[in-house]
Amino acid sequence: MKASEIIRNGLIKENPTWVLILGMCPTLATTTSAVNGLSMGLATTFVLMMSNIVISLLKSVIPDKVRIPAFIVVIASFVTIVEMVMKAYLPSLYDSLGLFISLIVVNCIVLGRAEAFASKNNAWHSFLDGVFMGLGFTWALTLVGIVRELLGTGCLFGHSLIGGADGMLLFILPPGGFLVLGLLMAAVNRLRKQNA
Amino acid sequence: MARKAPSTLPNMLLSLTAIAFVAATALAALNAVTAAPVEAAQKAKVEQAISAVLPPFSRTEDQTVDGNLCHLAYDASGLFVGAAVEAGNDKGFGGHLQLMVGFDANGLVHGYRILETHETPGLGAKADTWFQQGGKGAIVGIDPFQTKLAVRKDGGAVDAITGSTITSRAFLDIVSTAAATYQHINR
Repeated sequence: MKASEIIRNGLIKENPTWVLILGMCPTLATTTSAVNGLSMGLATTFVLMMSNIVISLLKSVIPDKVRIPAFIVVIASFVTIVEMVMKAYLPSLYDSLGLFISLIVVNCIVLGRAEAFASKNNAWHSFLDGVFMGLGFTWALTLVGIVRELLGTGCLFGHSLIGGADGMLLFILPPGGFLVLGLLMAAVNRLRKQNA
Repeated sequence: MARKAPSTLPNMLLSLTAIAFVAATALAALNAVTAAPVEAAQKAKVEQAISAVLPPFSRTEDQTVDGNLCHLAYDASGLFVGAAVEAGNDKGFGGHLQLMVGFDANGLVHGYRILETHETPGLGAKADTWFQQGGKGAIVGIDPFQTKLAVRKDGGAVDAITGSTITSRAFLDIVSTAAATYQHINR
């Protein structure tokens, strides 16, 4: 498998959000603003990258029957690392994402890539797969966050674009999250198929 | 594809134990490194909240009144300028709500900061600006012993956050608690 193919797979062809439709819970819950979506995506990218490398290196010493618990321990450790570092050095971001950081452990993208990719490929390719699957997730989350923040509050990355407007509250609330996600998913897949 | 270790009992025990041991060691080490910054960040947050809700002061003194932590503020000449009271309750829409409410020396509300919230983004989470000076339900400058700190629906004088009466009630309840605590402060 070529590196460029892995990169394309993560960002577009097998994008975890738009094509694999994995990790919908954090996608809907953390995208109330663009900054939240971006940070959640980057935190997940870090975990994906690290767990993919470690699992790929350990794949020959992990017996098949205990691979899932072994993967989970590795993933949970990296999530805890992200959580501790964020709590110590980015407390305000930790306050807004708090609960969802720990939930990266059960994000099916991370375990899915460990099982489907890292346990079958070498460390370099697994690293690439982790980074670009993560960035694929990040751009999707940021896009959803941008649309929801713009329509819901009239702001973009916290900067007001429409002075004095309150925005449409619906888009910050969960139903708006579903609407934006569904419409964006349709649009992105339409474009993806046109350019395929 | 690389040859896999067979799934025998010793193999499984050994590999899982080794992975768990390395993970636990790494996390313990990291915890030792981040413990101090976490505490410092927590302290900085509280101190920032104190300065935000009080008139200018030069030093503070801590006192626990009615089970709530109070920060008494004095100016350079030792004159009492106000107190910030930490108070909270579990009546918020999303659970616990914790505030820092500042009162000036005359007992008027001078400002507030939210220390902990689990309110809905876009609705109850607006409490961080709604009740501030210039906000639609401003409580700054109110004398809590002259004006009833309750939403209009309950016969009070404060406009509730649109669509978030529960959060507003919890919030004003905490401010009232803080005001009662302020009265019991031993200056």
